[in-house]
Amino acid sequence: MRKFVIAAAVALGLAATPQIAKAAGGVDVPSQSWAFEGVFGTIDIPAAQRGLQVYKEVCASCHGLSLMAYRNLAQIGFSEEEIKALAADYTVMDGPNDDGEMFERAAIPSDRFVSPYANEQEARAINNGAYPVDLSLIIKARADGANYLYALLTGYREEAPEGVDLMPGMYYNEYYGGNQIAMPQPLYDDFVEYSDGTQATVSQMAKDVTYFLKFAAEPSHDERKQMGIKVIIFLLVFTGLAYASMKKIWADVKK
Amino acid sequence: MSTYNPSNPLVRWIDHRLPMFSFMNEHLTDYPTPKNLNYFWNFGSLAGIILVVMIASGITLAMHYTAHVDYAFNSVERIMRDVNFGWMIRYIHMNGAHLFFVVVFIHIFRGLYYGSYKAPREILWMLGVAILLAMMATAFMGYVLPWGQMSFWGATVITNLFSAIPLVGEDIVIWLWGAFSVDNATLNRFFALHYLMPFVIVGLVVLHLVALHRFGSNNPIGIDVKKGSQDTIPFHPYYTIKDTFGLGVFLLVFAGLVFFAPNYLGHADNYIEANPLVTPALIVPEWYFLPFYAILRAIPDKLGGVIAMFGSIAVLFILPWLDRSPVRSATYRPLFKLFFWILVLDCILLGYVGAMPAEGIWVLLGQVGTAYYFAHFLIILPLLSKLETPKPLPTSISKPVTGGAAPAAAPAE
Repeated sequence: MRKFVIAAAVALGLAATPQIAKAAGGVDVPSQSWAFEGVFGTIDIPAAQRGLQVYKEVCASCHGLSLMAYRNLAQIGFSEEEIKALAADYTVMDGPNDDGEMFERAAIPSDRFVSPYANEQEARAINNGAYPVDLSLIIKARADGANYLYALLTGYREEAPEGVDLMPGMYYNEYYGGNQIAMPQPLYDDFVEYSDGTQATVSQMAKDVTYFLKFAAEPSHDERKQMGIKVIIFLLVFTGLAYASMKKIWADVKK
Repeated sequence: MSTYNPSNPLVRWIDHRLPMFSFMNEHLTDYPTPKNLNYFWNFGSLAGIILVVMIASGITLAMHYTAHVDYAFNSVERIMRDVNFGWMIRYIHMNGAHLFFVVVFIHIFRGLYYGSYKAPREILWMLGVAILLAMMATAFMGYVLPWGQMSFWGATVITNLFSAIPLVGEDIVIWLWGAFSVDNATLNRFFALHYLMPFVIVGLVVLHLVALHRFGSNNPIGIDVKKGSQDTIPFHPYYTIKDTFGLGVFLLVFAGLVFFAPNYLGHADNYIEANPLVTPALIVPEWYFLPFYAILRAIPDKLGGVIAMFGSIAVLFILPWLDRSPVRSATYRPLFKLFFWILVLDCILLGYVGAMPAEGIWVLLGQVGTAYYFAHFLIILPLLSKLETPKPLPTSISKPVTGGAAPAAAPAE
């Protein structure tokens, strides 16, 4: 058993090496507490719903969410009718029809979130050359994504500190690499009005939209952890039985 | 084998014409195995099991993947979002690759510690090194397929290494790419080769096993065991159950990663679609390549770096002829044991350096680590074989009391 412990420790040590290395190179952002953390963590559904509102009313004017379909919203508690109604607010280009014409129609639940731009070139033309990234995977595409996004959204400062020359059209953000970001501060207190009565402070909205984007980055998050618990319980029993059997079988082997 | 006499007439009928049952009986059931193998001997069978898991999950992923620069990234996300349990299959494949290397590295260091590369197991060892090379090629090409930023830039950096070859280097790189940069042609051929290589590995593993079963497993004491003596026990049920227990522990770690930290070992940048116009701030390979990456960067000359990197594997091929000590196990070689652990630390240091930007203290540490790595194999081991006085070896596993003198362990051939 002692040797087994050594073997396991070596395995863990090897597995931990890259993380130490990665932590040493990353940007430090303050950690928040999130409901999806830990083995039993899940997406906070009311927060994710409020986050969708923040995304729709604030982020969506510049940022796409192209990997998400409207139907995915069922997983954060929206009913089929609500999703249909929500999708119907958007128009998508479809076709060609039998006459060879492209036509516009209202979006349906199986459509992906409609992008604010026709293409990247249009996005750049509108935004002074900068390209507002698609937010579908933003939480996974940044180191410590949830904390980073929250820090970024709450990290704007009215004025750059002494000695920092902001380039024209840039804004000062404490947590953006290089501190100069082309995106103006997106959130101000009471920018949106929550229907559940939650006070829409900047930090509340930042947190809510982070929950929503965490869900968007990985719609299977809750399912994954719930299945994981079952798998681990099964494996504990399996490994325990294997261990007991091994002890019994090996009992007659002389050292 | 001669004692194998199946009672079932159908089995007997088949076995007379196609001796698969007696083959399995000889190699999976009766196969005599030293009775003192410790848990480090679990990692060989574990590696075989992961290979099967990787092939099974990989074939499933291939059914849903699109190898085209415009679709690859989104097809992977489609697997993650819309394919039934696609997220699980992909996370198994991703984390399986990481754990494959963890297991194989432990397997290799076990071989180094217990002298498993020594006569008569030199070819067994060399086949193992060939498997490692094939695994590295497979993992590298597989990492390109999701077509994220690290996929693209990793592929660009690594394929560019071949441009260091004098005269024909540039042409070779264009030939590898199938274009003038890493592009659609590159992605397509990497997909084809990534699908091919695992079966090459399977072939090498079969040869590895044939060579293993010629003389049987080495063991922690490192002396030859006499077949049919008190020193050996049949593989089944003793090692089948021990391997099953080891598999259970391994699967717990595997499931822990897949279900609770699936992206822990990966790099966030690979969730950004490949963009040839934007270079990531720091291009880092996956952790299992970091020591080799550190060796590559330790040499200021490009060609020299490439030679050193491939040399770090090549030196393993000739290891059986560098370490001439007749004693296999480090247990009986106090100095060798000390240097073995220094080598382990050196490899971890190189891995750490590989993840750091090539500047300041890291350059020096990388060079010292690289120099030590080669010194271990090319200078220390040959010298130790001559200078070290091994402890007396036991005459058999069943009699751990020391008896014979050191040379008793010298292989019979």
